[in-house]
Amino acid sequence: MSFTRGFEGRRRKERNPGLPPGQYDVGSDWPVLSAEPTPELSTASWSFAIEGLVRQSVRWTWEEIHALPPASYEGAIHCVTTWSKFGVRFGGVSVDTLLALAEPLPAASYVVAYSSTGYTTNLPLGDVTGGKAFLVWDYDGHPLEVGHGGPARLLVPHLYFWKSAKWVAGLRLLDHDEPGFWEVNGYHDRGDPWLEQRYQGD
Amino acid sequence: MATVEEITQETASAKSFRLALSQPSRHLAGQHFLVRLTAPDGYTATRSYSVASAPEPSSRHLEITVERLEDGEVSSYLHDVVVPGDKLEVRGPVGGFFVWRGDTPALLVGGGSGIVPLMAMLRLARMSEHRGLARLVVSVRSPSELYYASELPGPEVVVAYTREAPTCALRPPGHLAASDLQGSVLPKATVFVCGSSGFADHVTSLLAQIDIAPERTRVERFGPTS
Repeated sequence: MSFTRGFEGRRRKERNPGLPPGQYDVGSDWPVLSAEPTPELSTASWSFAIEGLVRQSVRWTWEEIHALPPASYEGAIHCVTTWSKFGVRFGGVSVDTLLALAEPLPAASYVVAYSSTGYTTNLPLGDVTGGKAFLVWDYDGHPLEVGHGGPARLLVPHLYFWKSAKWVAGLRLLDHDEPGFWEVNGYHDRGDPWLEQRYQGD
Repeated sequence: MATVEEITQETASAKSFRLALSQPSRHLAGQHFLVRLTAPDGYTATRSYSVASAPEPSSRHLEITVERLEDGEVSSYLHDVVVPGDKLEVRGPVGGFFVWRGDTPALLVGGGSGIVPLMAMLRLARMSEHRGLARLVVSVRSPSELYYASELPGPEVVVAYTREAPTCALRPPGHLAASDLQGSVLPKATVFVCGSSGFADHVTSLLAQIDIAPERTRVERFGPTS
């Protein structure tokens, strides 16, 4: 690959090995991106469900979900628009805890995460199990702001951040992959930042 | 790959780059392209830029408008180093949601550099027989910061200055209000909002005041990182 005339890459001397290819460290900023307007949501009417290919569909209210054993994530997040953010701290519950109560059927291999705004994103089931995914409502020790997906969002930090559905209302388990909002609009079905799976065909 | 054919200074901090593509690529108004720079040691930096030009029949050219950010790794390179004749690695078009095909009513609301993808839409409207289908409201701080200033004026365009307005302006400077949007709404129009996150949030609350449902609104948030 030939290089671009006169481009040196100002930041490369301080490059963090924790940065996936094509990403850069956005520092203390946390950019907000979304396709739809920020919704108005209240915890009084909030619920989260796990449904589809499960032994029993389960739904939790705000109080009920807070009664489950807590889990937290501290690490990096990576946005497909090339910014990465390090040292983020989220608190909530592990998706494993939620799935254990719904009991996925053997045929379940994919998940669609859906939000109260109509947003959807698809993932292999294996990418939300084994400690890899969380439902979170705290950021940095404070309630997650609505602009960043509060009251609660999905968190799947090992994949590009569009998979971490804001304003998430549930997970539907399927036996086939069903492209969600951004995936239908050209983004990758899986979205692994280390393999630079940004767009369909990558 | 693309060759830079022409560079135009839009404002003190923004330049438009007219690119000749090596492979034809017909974009839709509202889509963006990726520009990837590669340093001699293989280090790459990629950024996404909205296409400012309407789709062209030959699909061989497009225009992007780039704001030079103070610590922008790619924008400072594009502004300070690139000259006509240079080649850039580009990829696209990308984006399927924030697009307007030109055949339905649209209200375009842009803040500052957010006007770029909306300009592709306005240019598309002006080229076609459906000229009145798109109406644009632009919010900008002062006349010197308005992109495409000589091309914009028209019955379908409203410019709202927030800090400093031209002396002949009827509307005094001030933040965008619901009344600025009201006159530009067409029945059943899809609303395309583009600008900073703060601008997008402000506009969506104004739209709620004039009873435009969120389902009709598409938002693209710009920023130093997006």
